[in-house]
Amino acid sequence: MDFEFSAEQVAIRDTIRELVQDRVSPRAAEIDQTGEYPKDIEKLFADNGILGIPFPEEYGGISGSSVTICMGIEEIAKACASSSLILAVQALGSYPILVAGSEEQKKRLCPPLASGEKVAAYALSEPDSGSDAAAMKTFAKKHGHEYVLNGTKQFITHGSIAGTLVVFAQTDPGADHRGISAFVLERETSPWSVEKLEHKLGIRGSPTAQIVFQDVKVPAANRLGEEGAGFKIALAVLDRSRPGIGAQALGIAEGAFDYAFNYVKERKQFGQPIASFQGIQFMLADMATQIEAARHLVYRAATKADVKAPDLTKVAAMAKLFASDMAMRVTTDCVQLLGGYGYISDYPVERMMRDAKITQIYEGTNQIQRVVIARALLR
Amino acid sequence: MDLELAPEHASFRAGVHELAQGAVQPLAAEVDRDHRFPQEAIDAAAQSGLLGVLIPRRYGGAGLDALAFAICVEELAQACASTAVIVDVHTSVGTEPILLFGDDDQKSRWLPRLATGELLGAFALTEPASGSDAASLTTTARRNGDGYVLNGTKVFITNIGHAGLYVVFARTGPDEKAAGVTAFLVPADARGVRVGQVFHKMGLHGSPTGELILEDVSVPAANRLGAEGQGFTVAMRALDSGRIGISGQALGIGQAAVDETRALMRDRGHDQGDDFTLADMATRVESARLLAYQAAWLCSRGLPFTRQASMSKLHCTDTTMQVALDALQIAGTEGAASGSPLERHVRDAKALQIYEGSNQVQRIVIARDLLRAG
Repeated sequence: MDFEFSAEQVAIRDTIRELVQDRVSPRAAEIDQTGEYPKDIEKLFADNGILGIPFPEEYGGISGSSVTICMGIEEIAKACASSSLILAVQALGSYPILVAGSEEQKKRLCPPLASGEKVAAYALSEPDSGSDAAAMKTFAKKHGHEYVLNGTKQFITHGSIAGTLVVFAQTDPGADHRGISAFVLERETSPWSVEKLEHKLGIRGSPTAQIVFQDVKVPAANRLGEEGAGFKIALAVLDRSRPGIGAQALGIAEGAFDYAFNYVKERKQFGQPIASFQGIQFMLADMATQIEAARHLVYRAATKADVKAPDLTKVAAMAKLFASDMAMRVTTDCVQLLGGYGYISDYPVERMMRDAKITQIYEGTNQIQRVVIARALLR
Repeated sequence: MDLELAPEHASFRAGVHELAQGAVQPLAAEVDRDHRFPQEAIDAAAQSGLLGVLIPRRYGGAGLDALAFAICVEELAQACASTAVIVDVHTSVGTEPILLFGDDDQKSRWLPRLATGELLGAFALTEPASGSDAASLTTTARRNGDGYVLNGTKVFITNIGHAGLYVVFARTGPDEKAAGVTAFLVPADARGVRVGQVFHKMGLHGSPTGELILEDVSVPAANRLGAEGQGFTVAMRALDSGRIGISGQALGIGQAAVDETRALMRDRGHDQGDDFTLADMATRVESARLLAYQAAWLCSRGLPFTRQASMSKLHCTDTTMQVALDALQIAGTEGAASGSPLERHVRDAKALQIYEGSNQVQRIVIARDLLRAG
């Protein structure tokens, strides 16, 4: 089995790589230090069609392939994990529409997302419902042709800047996870209020919000699938988005490794480059091996998402688990290779280490990935 | 074999614990957020005599041993890792060289002021091009009449800008390696001593780290610590016991992470996966503590302890990095958000694998000791 990327995919990757080097990389440290959302990078991605990658052409996009999405996320994350979420969350917030939307909904809702005119977000977690999504307390009550939403969502990436928000809410509170439905909220007609969460460990340029719904009205035409189908949709979406988090972790690790690798070849101690010491060489060998293994698992999972393979759930969880654990180890070791310089903000690797941690936590903690994998194995 | 703390150590621990939880811990989050020096915490530590733990009573110190020192740093780090490293560097590498290598005049002159905290100590060995390879340092000390003139730039100096006295290592002889290095006591207010860049770090935000620039700094010969050419020995011996302090710092952060995780899991509920992780975390911290106390015990008795100090520093700091990451993983997103000490522990813990000899240097020291003939 080989990952032969198509000529078109390689062309997209090369375009992104160049844009990232020229425009994203020089901004990454500042984005982290100020903790401000890089609107300029969002515009750059929109102008260059990068935000259209998650969408097939008939909905205004350029691809729709999970493999291509992962290639894009990986390239951006090499330089700036916060910026990579601009693509990753555009995909995450759009998958529910692409997976479960009617033809009318896709035609209506996708083009402004594909063009980058609107930012998408995905609201599943709540203050008391993180790993246990079925315990959610956001309710949607039907009144004629619309639903009225009340509740609070927590840790919603891009929730504060999104124009389109997919929300999961209970429509039949007695029915447990079978009572969850999915809705698409458009900000102009269904405004929600937000509170930005500050001072995160990492991905500081990616705004994370608490979202409050107080009698927010949503047209019934914006319900995705049937009432009660929400939980299934949420899981199907996560199957597709998890390879993307794996790709983000992979990119972060590669970015840190490339920097540390160049550093150890140049840094001299005891009269020679520290890369000439076997202790350092063994670290390099382990890191490169782990990165390579993660790359294959990530693209294998993305390929399975594209062909809708029956074991996608398991392999997507494996890719997210393995790549994020790998990224945490590799970035921690990259800081180590730079010594004191690794620990200060004048060098990028400490940011990459801080950014890596969240990949083990969001879109299902790695404990949840293990639960998912074990359940698939024991079925 | 007795693995119980002696009553005096146990009561010392209880005293430091009370101070740390009462006066230090409440500042920790703010000190981290605002990148500010925890002056109140250091003042409280000074008033309780914690800045003179290792200094003999006749010089105004507490006259305690290496184990008490490790316990002191451990308890402080459980509350605030920044405060702990400030006290640690002051007490060990900032003061011990005078205790171990100073003459009577130097001891009488400097130790009482260091014991009370009137002067904060610091240790200036590392240079931009001389980190793990400390013997290659290029700062010079040129003989000039009765004294020396120092020139050079030191980097990654803990307590920068707040220290009153720096132990500075400079080259006096033509020998380009260890044999040409000499130690000096350089007061912060000496003419030509300047603070360069103060770094923005990943963690330990309350502990200032930066460059010490020496431009034609004149010091009298009375400020030379030990003989000319003895400096590298001074540095290595100071770092041996410094590593016991860093071990204590690691244990404090690790224990805090374990305790916070226990509280969180009791409160939130827990599955077996997290139970196993917690069990591993606590087991690792416990084993690391025994190794650290063994190194401190050897040091206190005047027995060889270089290998054990390096093993302790390596194992305690690697353990704490892993434990801090595991604790954050169990906490999940709320642990990574503002106000949680768990994300701070991760950022603080990483420094420990790097400073006072990176863990690569510890492995070199351990392997060299193991493979030595005889």
